[in-house]
Amino acid sequence: MEKLNYILKRILQMIPVLIIGILLVFALVRFLPGDTATAILGDKARPEVLAAYREKMGLNDSIFKQFIVYCQSLVRLDLGDSTQYNMPVATLLASRMKVTVLLTLMATAMTVVIGLPLGYLSGIRKDRLTDQGIRSFALLGLSLPTFWVGLMLMLIFGVQLRWFSISGWGETWIDHVKGLFLPALTEAIFAASVIIRNVRNNVVDVRGQDYVDFARCKGLGGFRVGCMHVLRNAMIPTATLLSIRIISMLGGTVIVENIYSLQGMGALLVGAVSSRDYAVVQGAVLAFILVVLAINLLTDILYSVLDPRIALK
Amino acid sequence: MKVKVTARGGVRRLSLWQRSPSLVMGLVIVAVAVFVAVFPQLLTSADPYASDQAAMLLGPSAQHWFGTDNYGRDLFSRVVYGTRIDLLIGLGCVAVPFVFGSLLGLIAGYYGGKVDAIIMRVLDVFMAFPFLIMVIAIVAILGPGTRNLLIAMWIVGWKEYTRLIRSEVLVAKQSEYVQSARTMGYSDLRIMLRHILPNVISSAIVYAASDIVMCMGTAASLSYLGIGVEPTTPEWGAIINGGKSFINSAWWITVIPGAVLAVVGWGFSMLGDGLSDLLRADTH
Repeated sequence: MEKLNYILKRILQMIPVLIIGILLVFALVRFLPGDTATAILGDKARPEVLAAYREKMGLNDSIFKQFIVYCQSLVRLDLGDSTQYNMPVATLLASRMKVTVLLTLMATAMTVVIGLPLGYLSGIRKDRLTDQGIRSFALLGLSLPTFWVGLMLMLIFGVQLRWFSISGWGETWIDHVKGLFLPALTEAIFAASVIIRNVRNNVVDVRGQDYVDFARCKGLGGFRVGCMHVLRNAMIPTATLLSIRIISMLGGTVIVENIYSLQGMGALLVGAVSSRDYAVVQGAVLAFILVVLAINLLTDILYSVLDPRIALK
Repeated sequence: MKVKVTARGGVRRLSLWQRSPSLVMGLVIVAVAVFVAVFPQLLTSADPYASDQAAMLLGPSAQHWFGTDNYGRDLFSRVVYGTRIDLLIGLGCVAVPFVFGSLLGLIAGYYGGKVDAIIMRVLDVFMAFPFLIMVIAIVAILGPGTRNLLIAMWIVGWKEYTRLIRSEVLVAKQSEYVQSARTMGYSDLRIMLRHILPNVISSAIVYAASDIVMCMGTAASLSYLGIGVEPTTPEWGAIINGGKSFINSAWWITVIPGAVLAVVGWGFSMLGDGLSDLLRADTH
């Protein structure tokens, strides 16, 4: 029950952020120099089309009424039409969302698989050679620019060695996973470096706690103490950091999808910015905001599972 | 002061190298980068903008150390001159958020109450959105170009400094030296700037070193996507963007500028890490 209350509270707390997000997206095209209707429909739109659009979106009314009309159209999932693709933005986003979400999920999985064990190892071997090595690796991972890592992985493993497919999205699920392996790894290298450094420091702190000594005195095995006492507690601060990394990897799809020619939301957004397709820019930014809010909610739930004390506060 | 007791029982100061090797290595790399940025003409006589139809897509050689691009421009000179642009963008992206973010954190932490609540709620909203998406959305409004890139980075970059400084000010506010400054009747402004700021700024400085790495990376990424600096600029990301289509035949256009960016970034990371090690050692 407490957990349910906690989740409901978190959902309620998200509403202001969502409203501000919608406001920002709404304001986005209104900050543009010149006429809003022309900006959204393009320079080539005929005057009567522009006039009809102004009428529909209430662009002749007060800014407050315009916002209400905009929110109403959002509820109907009407995000306008793309000038570049000649199709509704909502349809376009729905077809692109899958790539971006799967890419981010795979990148997250890789981050955890690389980051947790290495961070833990580094922490329990504090100041030894293993620790020094892992820390230097992590520091290098932090300094490498993501777009360059992506290009290099593609050049080495895709073009030269041909170990991985760089043909993109493909047809079947197996194709998808193969095609997304290198792009996901590209994103995971930076995120895993952040996680390694954080897990290491947490493990070092937690290992000095009394309850860890006590667990050892009770005669619990090294593995049990490692997993249930050290790692579980060391992971609580890491959960927040991981959610921040997931959000930033979601943003990173903008770069990675471009490198590997994937047709996801990130590539869509960059393309729309370059070709001044503002209905798509608005729709894509809003979609990103929604996914971020969903990730934040999931992290909060994960948090309360890892540390039951949090839900009670 | 950190000292080491030697075998003979004597005491001597540890050198900077012994206290933090990564700080020294970081300093060396950053110093070299700054030297190159200030005196590019000492390293190369070639014009970074001059194209040569007879020397297109040449691999690295004695004459063109880093090879040439598809316009026959000398890549060594483009990378060397790019150092100044990339460092200036990195510093420019960090300087403004550093000042304004820290001041906001100082105000939020010092006054607390409503002022603090408003600043922190705005900050929460900024934290909730992905950094890169926000930068791109702002560039979408302002249009591409170096100036607009900087403005976009300023708008999203301040929040970390505010958070860091605010949390330190909350602690410093309770300390005796602030209490006594209050008793002396000093003004809030004087207490904030003369008494609290010097004691809390170090964490922001450490963060700035790693922030430069991120800013240089983001700026280069946007230039790589074609929505950052003007495409002809000898900026590292823009050079890589130009070489993207030739990655199979002319690897040097993409590999070398990125490697240089990575090394300089690594230098700043080590500098930041070393600084924070030193600070931690001094407080314990």
